[in-house]
Amino acid sequence: MSEPQSPANARAGDELIEETPFTATAAANAPSAQAAGGRSFLPKSTLLRHLLILVLSAVGAVILLEVTDPFTNSQLASLTYYAIAAGGLTVLTGMNGQISLGHGALMAVGAYTTALFLGVDGEPLPLPVIFLVAVAISTIVGALVGVAAARLHGPYLAGATLALAVGLPGLALYFRDTLGGEQGLRVRAPEPPASFTNFIDLVSGNPASGTKWLAYVGVICLLITFFLLANLVRSRIGRTWRAVRDQEVAAELAGIDLGAWRVLAFVVSAACAGLAGAVLALVVRLAAPSGFTLVLSLALLTAIVIGGLGSLLGALLGSALLVFLPPFVTNLGGDFGLDQTKAAQLAPFVYGVVLIVAMIFAPAGIVGTIRLRWMTARAKRAVAGRAAHGG
Amino acid sequence: MSRSSRRLVTVLAAVTVASTLAACGGSNDNGGGGGSTANEASDTGVTADTIKIGSHYPLTGVAAPGYSTIPLGAQAYFDYVNKNGGVNGRKIDWVYKDDAYNPTNTSQVVNELVLKDEVFAIMGGLGTPTHSAVVDFLNSEGVPDLFVASGSRLWGEDPKKNPDTFGWQTDYESEGKIIGQYIAQKFPNAKVGLFLQDDDFGQDGEKGVRQFIDKQVVSAQRYTPGNTAVGPQIAALKAAGADFVVGFNVPAYTALSQLTALQLGFKPQWFYSNVGSDPTLVGALLNNFSQGKVADASSLEGTITTAYLPTVDHPDDPWVQLFQKVWDASGQTGPMSNYHIYGMSQAYTMVQALQAAGQNPTRKSLMDAVEKAGADWKGPGLAPFRYSADSHMGIGGMSVVQISGTSTKELQPVMTTDLGDAKIQAYDGKESTPPSSGIPDEKAAK
Amino acid sequence: MQQFVNVTLSGLIQGSIFAAFALALVLIWRSTRIVNFAQGSMAAATSFIALALIHSGQSYWLALVVALAAGFVLGAVVERVIVRPVEGGPELNAVIVTLGLFVAIQALIAIIAGSEFQSFPAPFGLRGFTFGSTTIALTPNSVFVLIAVLITMVLLVALFRFTRVGLAMRASAFGQEVARLLGVRVGRMLTLGWALAAVVGSLSGLLIAGGGLVYPAYMDSLIVFGFVAAILGGLDSPIGAIVGGLLLGLALSYVSGYVPRGSGLVNLAALVILMVVLLVRPGGLFASSTARRA
Repeated sequence: MSEPQSPANARAGDELIEETPFTATAAANAPSAQAAGGRSFLPKSTLLRHLLILVLSAVGAVILLEVTDPFTNSQLASLTYYAIAAGGLTVLTGMNGQISLGHGALMAVGAYTTALFLGVDGEPLPLPVIFLVAVAISTIVGALVGVAAARLHGPYLAGATLALAVGLPGLALYFRDTLGGEQGLRVRAPEPPASFTNFIDLVSGNPASGTKWLAYVGVICLLITFFLLANLVRSRIGRTWRAVRDQEVAAELAGIDLGAWRVLAFVVSAACAGLAGAVLALVVRLAAPSGFTLVLSLALLTAIVIGGLGSLLGALLGSALLVFLPPFVTNLGGDFGLDQTKAAQLAPFVYGVVLIVAMIFAPAGIVGTIRLRWMTARAKRAVAGRAAHGG
Repeated sequence: MSRSSRRLVTVLAAVTVASTLAACGGSNDNGGGGGSTANEASDTGVTADTIKIGSHYPLTGVAAPGYSTIPLGAQAYFDYVNKNGGVNGRKIDWVYKDDAYNPTNTSQVVNELVLKDEVFAIMGGLGTPTHSAVVDFLNSEGVPDLFVASGSRLWGEDPKKNPDTFGWQTDYESEGKIIGQYIAQKFPNAKVGLFLQDDDFGQDGEKGVRQFIDKQVVSAQRYTPGNTAVGPQIAALKAAGADFVVGFNVPAYTALSQLTALQLGFKPQWFYSNVGSDPTLVGALLNNFSQGKVADASSLEGTITTAYLPTVDHPDDPWVQLFQKVWDASGQTGPMSNYHIYGMSQAYTMVQALQAAGQNPTRKSLMDAVEKAGADWKGPGLAPFRYSADSHMGIGGMSVVQISGTSTKELQPVMTTDLGDAKIQAYDGKESTPPSSGIPDEKAAK
Repeated sequence: MQQFVNVTLSGLIQGSIFAAFALALVLIWRSTRIVNFAQGSMAAATSFIALALIHSGQSYWLALVVALAAGFVLGAVVERVIVRPVEGGPELNAVIVTLGLFVAIQALIAIIAGSEFQSFPAPFGLRGFTFGSTTIALTPNSVFVLIAVLITMVLLVALFRFTRVGLAMRASAFGQEVARLLGVRVGRMLTLGWALAAVVGSLSGLLIAGGGLVYPAYMDSLIVFGFVAAILGGLDSPIGAIVGGLLLGLALSYVSGYVPRGSGLVNLAALVILMVVLLVRPGGLFASSTARRA
């Protein structure tokens, strides 16, 4: 968190990125994975290209959910709420340069809103409406936090959002009559509609279980969120955010109100966190303070950095690490003959070591590192080509 | 357990079953499972020679101390049963996973247990907020959700809502009632302060206590788990003039409240609920402070508490002797603790339930067996279970005991009660003793 | 009145422990511009080393010295092996590395020492002083805690203000290139900064453990409050860390003692206090320079 150094680094990184890209935000700075390659079979228009990717991803998601077993379905459902929140956070941190250790608290806002609206006596509102309300309320909270946060930098922002992460769930304890206290609010997910059952029957003939339904709800929310975020990042708004991150002074001279744009970035990421919380409430079937500890906020931050800061694909991959690594390590420990308690204790150890090793050997995250490799290789080929041509 | 060793167990189990059948001539068929004489893979998680049972515990993180050792106790007892032929020839495969006391994790690991590991039933899932996250899932999947390890009323008060879920330990409200009545009768002039965990545990306990001594309560102070500074709360109890403090708190907060009271020179009569009063554990914690310099003041001498299970400080109790034998045979390290006894006792009840579910148990026959026969089972619990078609509440009574030296002495024999305004009655049943084999022998429930 | 005195005293003692932890964070910030989230786990690790010595029959004071020495070594090793590769890189990478270290060390303690509660002896008495018939919430041990924290602060201020090493450490942190040109062995200074911070962190771990319960995660809440205290005071200022810690300790104690069901509001109160202070002074109470862009 070296505040005096970071703008300089970022600037240097930007100038260098075309030739020798080192910067950790390499993942964010390349226009988009597809565009960077300049492949001609993709549409030129950003919107059309993103629509095409959206459709392909949707088809891919259906295939993935239908060929995998119910447990993997449930893991993918967990993956979606981490990824939605991480997607928003990566926009905030990767695009706009603000750190947040408090997005778990914003997820709690979305989760509790969902729990309250689904728990009403009588017929609850339709699910999409509840999701929109959850997004709206967490957006308002996010705006409040964002206004306060816009003035803060580096560790001070980290400290303030850290306090948010541990402070906000305290409200649920204090207002226990409404918010359920320590034991939380149970969430009963609405039954899947008949159209869903028919769809699954048509596609694969698998039984349309509750687990599968929740996984689909999560995937739909994830795809919509990522589609909107991808377009936003490529728009004028995204460019302005990057300017605010990399060239504070120049941006200000150009008449950009830094504070307002920082708040906007916070609001967008808070909206994502709210939706993620809503999906979490459905999938976990509970909104309780113990589900929104600091661990959650830190896990989100970890996901975006390990995946590749500023990249939506990176956020997705980082989230996958959160979901799949711990059970993998636990089961591996069991296979090596550890008793179940020791195997469980091993999981966080390996997780911690993976974080350290990844940051030392792949400081640009998964997506950033792969992209750097690929670009370096291309540059080398080009140089070699030129040399061969010249010789 | 590794894949290869699991295979080995399967082979061993098959051999054992074969030899048992040969030796007994099939006499261990106790008539269940529709009269068939051979073991079949009768339901998810049941094969001809294994039954897979799963659970979730906080094995890491802030809630791990204490609770993470409960499954080791259950493991020890299941190992003992398996070594002695298993349940109807089936070995129990005990699979437990870490949820770090976070409901999000609980939901993930229980998904894994049910959907991937395909357990037959869940036993002893620990914690109110954590288990709340999986109750609906287990009930919608029809997975027996037996003997939840928390005293919340959620698990048993409404079997129509959660037909597959069963409580096990005495609920906090019934405990509060027994404590309240005891104080009203024996300490009618005490000025009572309440030291409560700020969640359903403290709330239900307070509700029970106040049924009897509402007018005697001079102050109710609440702490939040995780906030270890209880100075302000204990100071407030002292300032309110309380001379008798009832604590509905977890063991760490027993030690903290004792320590803080020592700092403040506050010396009321203490009465800790069963959850917080593991005398061995808390005593050991307190005696270590200050390298024994304040050993006199740090012992819990004279503190009152309740009991619904035998405890390690009664080595003569036949149940404790059985569990000690089981623990020693398990090859696990360290002395046996009350957490281990808790896990072994739950495992004992589980074996009773599996036996009562018949030779070829199904999820339905298991739950029917608990509902129909559970109230008659004799086990380590001091009072019987309340299982019936209308209630899935667990053990329905407690005794009141006082800590004296390194052991406890009984102040009031077991009283039984239930939620709400149910009467408190002296328990007239006989004290149970374990079978000589150490393994229950329940007949299949009809 | 007696209640007020007691609530104030428990707040002060709690606050002095926040302050000690905040001091360690300030020290690392001043030497490497990194917020070390692993500070709590590292301190817990050295506390367990001390506990193992005490259990083997050694005296408290020997255990204390060994634990502090272990902290010194641990801090230096962590800086050289794990933090050095990410220093000067993107700020978030260092954050993730210290988070990873935090999780890994805590897990390692659980694997080696088990995750059970263990009581940690205090070097001095745990009974409150009595005046006539009233006992106040101040014990010989808490006096020891207060004095230890104050001495640590004085030593650190003296180190930075009056010694060449302290000056070199600050120079290394603020401008590595310039410091290097002036002949400062920057690498060594960074290692020294981490080592000293780990010693202070270990001390805070031992102080909070004394007369309390330890388990692998026992420092978790202190990370949050210690960090909040350091931010309150201004991350660059040792005096700010002390003031921030004491203010936070007092405020939280009053909330816990006087607001009905206030114990559950303690975390929220920390948030409110921090936000109010940061809105007025975005660099903390003792911010050295207020010149900030935007």
